[in-house]
Amino acid sequence: MELHDVWFVLIAVLWTGYFFLEGFDFGVGVLTKLLARNRAEKRVLINTIGPVWDGNEVWLLTAGGATFAAFPEWYATLFSGFYLPLLVILVCLIVRGVAFEYRVKRPEENWQRNWETAIFWTSLIPAFLWGVAFGNIVHGVEIDRNLEYVGSVWDLLNPYALLGGLVTLTLFTFHGTVFTALKTVGEIRERARTLALRVGLVAAVLALAFLLWTQADSGDAKSLIALVVAVAALAAALMANQAGREGWSFALSGVTIVASVAMFFLTLFPNVMPSTLNADWSLTVTNASSSAYTLKIMTWLAVIATPVVLLYQGWTYWVFRKRIGTQHLADAAH
Amino acid sequence: MDMALAPETLARWQFGITTVYHFLFVPLTISLAALTAGLQTAWVRTEKEKYLRATKFWGKLFLINIAMGVVTGIVQEFQFGMNWSDYSRFVGDVFGAPLAFEALIAFFFESTFIGLWIFGWDKLPKKIHLACIWMVSIGTLLSAYFILAANSWMQHPVGYRINEEKGRAELTDFWQVLTQNTTLNQVFHSFSAAFLTGGAFMVGIAAFHLMRKKHIPVMRTSLRLGLVTLAVGGLLTAVSGDTLGKVMYEQQPMKMAAAEALWDGEQPAPFSVFAYGDVDKGHNEVALEIPGLLSFLAHSDFESYVPGINDTNKALQEQFGPGDYKPIVPVAYWGFRWMIGFGMASFSLGLLGLWLTRKRFLLPPALRTGEDEVPHLVLLKKPLGARLSRLYWLLALWTMAFPLIANSWGWIFTEMGRQPWVVYGVMQTRDAVSPGVSTAEVITSMSVFTLLYAVLAVIEVKLLAKYVKAGPPELTEADLNPPTKIGGDLRDADKPMAFSY
Repeated sequence: MELHDVWFVLIAVLWTGYFFLEGFDFGVGVLTKLLARNRAEKRVLINTIGPVWDGNEVWLLTAGGATFAAFPEWYATLFSGFYLPLLVILVCLIVRGVAFEYRVKRPEENWQRNWETAIFWTSLIPAFLWGVAFGNIVHGVEIDRNLEYVGSVWDLLNPYALLGGLVTLTLFTFHGTVFTALKTVGEIRERARTLALRVGLVAAVLALAFLLWTQADSGDAKSLIALVVAVAALAAALMANQAGREGWSFALSGVTIVASVAMFFLTLFPNVMPSTLNADWSLTVTNASSSAYTLKIMTWLAVIATPVVLLYQGWTYWVFRKRIGTQHLADAAH
Repeated sequence: MDMALAPETLARWQFGITTVYHFLFVPLTISLAALTAGLQTAWVRTEKEKYLRATKFWGKLFLINIAMGVVTGIVQEFQFGMNWSDYSRFVGDVFGAPLAFEALIAFFFESTFIGLWIFGWDKLPKKIHLACIWMVSIGTLLSAYFILAANSWMQHPVGYRINEEKGRAELTDFWQVLTQNTTLNQVFHSFSAAFLTGGAFMVGIAAFHLMRKKHIPVMRTSLRLGLVTLAVGGLLTAVSGDTLGKVMYEQQPMKMAAAEALWDGEQPAPFSVFAYGDVDKGHNEVALEIPGLLSFLAHSDFESYVPGINDTNKALQEQFGPGDYKPIVPVAYWGFRWMIGFGMASFSLGLLGLWLTRKRFLLPPALRTGEDEVPHLVLLKKPLGARLSRLYWLLALWTMAFPLIANSWGWIFTEMGRQPWVVYGVMQTRDAVSPGVSTAEVITSMSVFTLLYAVLAVIEVKLLAKYVKAGPPELTEADLNPPTKIGGDLRDADKPMAFSY
């Protein structure tokens, strides 16, 4: 295994971490409209992710920075090629971050409602668009001999990629719903479990269709294993939810996300962005990667820093392990 | 193509807008994180309530500010790929590494520990909670360090080689990128300017309250802390600016010649106080100068030769082939002056304030004030009259944004002064843009970001003003009795959280 292969795996790990973590906080954002019955419940939901959403989002920034450093060509083609969808995602993430921090800073109901609406949409839209983006990456796009994306923005909105978007949206919502069941107390917890079943079933149908399509398109034996794990974990997560085993349900929905992302990257390898125009024009781990020296430095960084990050980020979850209910909300506006 | 709509021009405008905007929040975040941490340390050590109230007050303003810094920083991570894909392809091997280091080391630090700090008041024992804000502070400093190392490489590329076959720059010595003198001087200059910025901010707001005789104990302390920060930060900014200037005379003589509108080399070279000239013909029509001073700024003596814009342009043409290697001279010239002028004006006001509010040194004992009194502003032996005192407080308030203006011009100067290069001597800006991104796309994203940023600026400033006016919060029982166990004391399972969104 050469260093650029190691970095292919590490980039996959970073995206997996991002989708696992921000996946549930996107999901919780969607639930502010789907599950919450009143504003107090919205606040409960927002507070389950309050201390952690920012740290979760850094997985994306790290995936971006690491791709820049380890696969500059991939970084350049991907972000200049998927320009407008990425713009939409960035705008959403900007508004979303401000919404979390500023919503409580004024007591006026209008002010808070507006930010709550913002949280819903800016969670839903990126949750959908990341699936569209990955659908396109896995499926391949029009890349010319100069490694430039030459398709239009409409080409990115093809049926396969749109299905991918629905999969991430529903999977993340399911992930957020079981997270809510795990992190709340009282009536909202019960309703989260009920909703989890419904959302989970929709996610299961969509994910099965999408993963089978992916498998038929470009799968092999390894990706088939990932597919089976993903689907089995989702089924198990639903069963655990029905049995009231919330911790298991959340862990298993996490496994579903991990296995799905693993499947994307397994079907991708050794490409990082296949070209649909000519297989020779595809970006691969070899032609898109940095020099051996840079990869070596980056590997040292990853080996030392990643465990430390996991340790203190994990500790954060432990510090805020208590369930939250409406009775725990402090007075609004500080 | 029309230059105004050329992809390069648009992409540069977008980078300029998003980056200058982002950097309005960065220095305040850096300095307020450390200052808040310092105040909280004082609370933990002395248990004096005024320190805790000050921590909560400045901490709130810090949080309002860092939220904007964080979200506008997301764009920075991706826009190299979006608008500058050829740049990214060419330099990614070198430039990407510090960005990845920044994300993996600094961003995780900041964002994780800020969550712990915001929500941790009743979940963490007080020393651990204090450690969290220090972690955030370290995170902000590390983040700035790595990105400045990356920028320094664009100013003065080192530790790399050109791989002709792959057509790109490749890293050969990362340590050199992290420790070259450009990096160290830029870091020194930016950090000290950040504290100048935070100091002025603190002084301005403390002055606002002291002028109204409100929240005196907290604001007295804040005033003092702010003045010291402003004075020390200002002094170090001047010192580091001088050394960075000398480095730049070696590394980018064109930038510094443009900063002085020095068209032709002179020995000794004068410092320009005011100039108005004809850029096309390459000379000044009006010039007010201090003889010899520029030689001193460049080389520490009053005799040395300093090359001018025209000479340097010729030398660069011989080195890199035909072309125009001049930046936009008026922008460099005035940018340099606005940077120094606004920064040093703020610094002077800090020094003055430090003298006026001195505690013991040369201060008649009768004029010393207690903890809950507004300090007298004493010029020599007698306090200033009410009108003059008010004038000082107002000046402090009105000039609290001066360092922000200085910072912005500093970056505009250093980035535009490097043109036409994006990586000095290695890659020109016109070769760096994304070939596949259309003009319409760039105009779209630029408009979207500009509008969004404008709206957010209004929201942010209003929110800051609201919390500034409200003053330090009253302390609650929970504030004064922090938990002793991690995760919070389990006295009452249904007790409301000390803080929630």
